[in-house]
Amino acid sequence: MLSKRVIPCLDVRNGQLTKGIKFKGNVNIGDPVETARRYYEEGADEIVFYDITASSEGRGIFLDVVEKVASQIFIPFSVGGGINSVADMRDVLLAGAEKVSVNSGAVKNPDIISEGAVRFGSQCVVLGMDVKRVEKSETIPSGFEIVIHGGRKYMGMDAIEWAKTGEALGAGEICLNSIDADGTKDGYDLELTRLVAESVTIPVIASGGAGAPQHMVDAVTKGRATAALIASIVHYGEYTIPQLKRYMQDAGVHMRTVW
Amino acid sequence: MLAIFDYKAGNQTSVHRALEHLGIPNEITNDPAKLDKAAGIIFPGVGAAGQAMDELHSAGLDDVIKGLIARNKPVLGICVGCQILLDYSEENDTKALKVIPGECRLFNPSWLDYEGIPIRVPHMGWNQVELKRECRLFKDIEPDACFYFVHSYYPAPKEEFVIGTTRYGIDFCSLHGREGLWAVQFHPEKSGRPGLKLLRNFHDYCLEAADAQ
Repeated sequence: MLSKRVIPCLDVRNGQLTKGIKFKGNVNIGDPVETARRYYEEGADEIVFYDITASSEGRGIFLDVVEKVASQIFIPFSVGGGINSVADMRDVLLAGAEKVSVNSGAVKNPDIISEGAVRFGSQCVVLGMDVKRVEKSETIPSGFEIVIHGGRKYMGMDAIEWAKTGEALGAGEICLNSIDADGTKDGYDLELTRLVAESVTIPVIASGGAGAPQHMVDAVTKGRATAALIASIVHYGEYTIPQLKRYMQDAGVHMRTVW
Repeated sequence: MLAIFDYKAGNQTSVHRALEHLGIPNEITNDPAKLDKAAGIIFPGVGAAGQAMDELHSAGLDDVIKGLIARNKPVLGICVGCQILLDYSEENDTKALKVIPGECRLFNPSWLDYEGIPIRVPHMGWNQVELKRECRLFKDIEPDACFYFVHSYYPAPKEEFVIGTTRYGIDFCSLHGREGLWAVQFHPEKSGRPGLKLLRNFHDYCLEAADAQ
């Protein structure tokens, strides 16, 4: 039986681990390589790195981080942030990531999904989606709109339609982030998660809002996600990954318990 | 020394890093002399079967890997490297290496998982392997250990070559072959401690096989 996955997300800025709320006010909270290794040893099922560095110099530092992680942890990890071309994808895959997450870059140029899928295989192309709740309208019938630039720019695209398009173009997985829920610790947006999960057949990772282990159970049951992305809940030591996985297992979710 | 068969497969450096971590001497190579000298070969693979076969064929490496297997060199195929040891893959309608009888088929997204919900394709994440017969690769690995899978097509070899199965909509073959020629659908190089142990077991087997010769 396939286990549901618990995936810590590490935001990295200029080589440092950082965390913000609703994409704002980031503070440094540690070394990404050390943290990734600790999560690996504690039984994380996968790790996501998000590069929020703007400069090319910072970009180089980040690729260094990816290489170090690849030589120390032996579970899959994905890298996202600032991926705008097949060349960018190639850089992070060569540095040792299994998967690369395209987000704004794919909204601006959807061909990057198909080009990446043909070149490297669908299994390594993750479509990252940042979504905000809006009034239902003709353009946004689901009431969930795609936003970019950390939630500042509305794209006039319906999230459900975009998920289907991404799947058709060859994305192997969707990482679905609710900007309304991000950093609130009030739980994932289950309505959004289920809507997207039921409109595609590829795996969907729920992201944004995890504050308690029950939220993660809800994401993979009510929300139909196959994985739960977490950040603050583990970065600040409120819970450890084994605690979260045990809670989910006790709630009847099939988990990987030996590592 | 283990050789990682170089045909530009996407995961060959991941395999290299895992072996380095284990302190197992290894080299990524497609030099026939080096491959012949190696105690064993890891045949990696990721992406699409058609592309992998094209890559092998255009470099004349399909005959190289088949020759090594014919001479009983221990081989461990991983993921696409596991699939293309069979006769055929539905993926890109691909004629494969025909080392092990059988074919590779696409998961059907209308099959139901254990919760009664349609399975998602690709099969992506951690799953278990149930051994149908004893396997040296699984020495000292807990029966409930999980391995990392990511694939849309699954191997369906002839029954006598099935060593282990995994439940995903159906019970598919996740480990096939015979002693000294093993093919795993999952990625041991990305399966944490149990995966590293499997690589270690393969290396131990290769050293013993080399000593016995």
